[in-house]
Amino acid sequence: MNKTLLSVSGLVMRFGGLLAVDGVSLAVKHRQIHSVIGPNGAGKTTVFNCISGFYTPTGGEVRYRGQPIQGLSGHHISRLGLVRTFQHVRLFANMTLIENLLVAQHRHLNTNYFAGLFNTPSYRRRQREAMDRAAYWLQQVELLEHANREAGNLSYGQQRRLDIARCMVTEPGLLMLDEPAAGLNPRETSELDRLIVRLRDEHDISVLLIEHDMGLVMGISDHITVINQGAPLADGSPDQIRANPDVIKAYLGES
Amino acid sequence: MQRALFPALFAAGVTFLLTCLVIGVRLQQDGPTLTVVGADAETWGWIGFAVVAVFLFQLFQQPLSAFKQRLPTPDLAALLPNEPLRRRLRPWLIALVVVGLFVWPFLVSRGAVDLATLTLIYVMLGLGLNIVVGFAGLLDLGYVAFYAVGAYTYALLSEYFGLSFWVCLPLAGLLAATFGCLLGFPVLRLRGDYLAIVTLGFGEIIRILLNNWTQVTGGPNGIGGIDKPTLFGLEFNRRAGEGSQTFHEFFGISYDSSHKVIFLYLVAVLLVLFTVYVINRIQRMPIGRAWEALREDEIACRSLGLNPTVIKLSAFTLGASFAGFAGCFFAARQGFISPESFTFIESAIILAIVVLGGMGSQLGVILAAIAMTILPELAREFQEYRMLMFGGVMVLMMLWRPQGLLPMKRPHLELKTS
Repeated sequence: MNKTLLSVSGLVMRFGGLLAVDGVSLAVKHRQIHSVIGPNGAGKTTVFNCISGFYTPTGGEVRYRGQPIQGLSGHHISRLGLVRTFQHVRLFANMTLIENLLVAQHRHLNTNYFAGLFNTPSYRRRQREAMDRAAYWLQQVELLEHANREAGNLSYGQQRRLDIARCMVTEPGLLMLDEPAAGLNPRETSELDRLIVRLRDEHDISVLLIEHDMGLVMGISDHITVINQGAPLADGSPDQIRANPDVIKAYLGES
Repeated sequence: MQRALFPALFAAGVTFLLTCLVIGVRLQQDGPTLTVVGADAETWGWIGFAVVAVFLFQLFQQPLSAFKQRLPTPDLAALLPNEPLRRRLRPWLIALVVVGLFVWPFLVSRGAVDLATLTLIYVMLGLGLNIVVGFAGLLDLGYVAFYAVGAYTYALLSEYFGLSFWVCLPLAGLLAATFGCLLGFPVLRLRGDYLAIVTLGFGEIIRILLNNWTQVTGGPNGIGGIDKPTLFGLEFNRRAGEGSQTFHEFFGISYDSSHKVIFLYLVAVLLVLFTVYVINRIQRMPIGRAWEALREDEIACRSLGLNPTVIKLSAFTLGASFAGFAGCFFAARQGFISPESFTFIESAIILAIVVLGGMGSQLGVILAAIAMTILPELAREFQEYRMLMFGGVMVLMMLWRPQGLLPMKRPHLELKTS
């Protein structure tokens, strides 16, 4: 089972005169944690935005399960099973945890108006199923006890975990995490580490990860792509990357 | 005190200038020339009083607000019975209010019932706009357009095709919803202020269209003689039209014109109850949560696969359909409509109801609609000072409760851990 889930080839993103991404290619395989690393401003998040449909790439091709998806809108891509988080947590702060997870299941729920107006049995069943799935994922990220609290009152680490749970209830095939460990303390980071590995091993999820925490990246990644100033620099397993002289130079500067 | 002196002087100066220009002097035409005429001594006395009052208030503002802070605020939440009891009492309370609504018109005067009917129309409009502004957070300044569409749907269908009120009611809602959808589709990509301007323009377009399409709508003359609703075909007139029967003949009672007024009122109550029920359900449905989520973070919604355009459009369409129902009923109640009833000020009043009530809060909007229609009636004796009072109430509201009478409390769906 080693088929490619997401393949990006020759991705180019130009903002006016600025070439933010220049010919980046990567391939995420099934059940794999694939990390994208690079110095600040290298264009990692821009790559993410291009893949997830928040930007329309200037050139190149993005295929998900063999289907070209570049230029589709964000919600369309998310429905295909490619769900992302953001660098800054974007929760619905005034809604409770359970409601956050229900909104994410919007398109799975019975949105028929009449079913909802008359509270029909099928509507109630769907609602119950959604609640169960939400409760299941809250338990997975160890937030079940806070289910009825408002999301804005959670600690930052908890908000990060809720963000991941909210992606997971949409039942994605590929989870894209944009710096999930930013702002977490070492203990929270190691919890996150275990969570991501569990998603891959127990839930058959592929993960595309942007991260600055090298401990996390080197520990859990199956494959790493390095980007520097918008251009691909290296591509390989963690050990290969660690030994790559170009990567060391980009991170530490010319010696 | 020293620091407050300059602002106080400034405020007093502004007051003096404004009152001077507005009521202190006026221009009088004296043959071919204009002369400036001053007001009489009494008016000047009042102006002086106003200036002094503003000066003193500004000067002692800090001690005053400190004093206000020290006043004990009554804890309203503590006065209410506790949560489980409240939950148990709620159905009874709702039943009591509903029964009260149906019994009440038989006990009071005809004028009061008529005013209540008007109030109920505004309640419906407020609740409808509340979906768009309160739930979905889209500022719509042309809401009256959908009201007009509803009213003219009934008026025209009844005039040209002789359709009855009960047939036209759903049609009016449907047509208004269609207009909402048609308008929403191109404009919902706009945000905030821009959306407000476009909807404002749309409201005016509809009014001007109705005003100028004389062959069909009668232009500024409007459409008169619109049929009143019937009770299963029973009319409420003194004499029945061709092939129909009147209410008083059927039941063998003497004719009383108040029957019609009470019947209209009861129809309005039913419409409002329907509106409240539907909106209450929708709030708890996935679409209601989606509106809230969209208001909080549109980008997050998109990343979770929610289509923002469709969700906003549903709010717009649904809000418009309630305006359509209200418009249809309005046409039936008035018996005469003209474009004059659908000016911008109407949109502004409905928006004021939503904002005063507390955006998104159903009970708040209902209370505000009642206040906004009854207060001007009560203040009828003050005549030209009505608008002044109105402005004063608005200012006080913004100071006292900037979030509206009853700020929104969304029903939270709770996870029951067993």
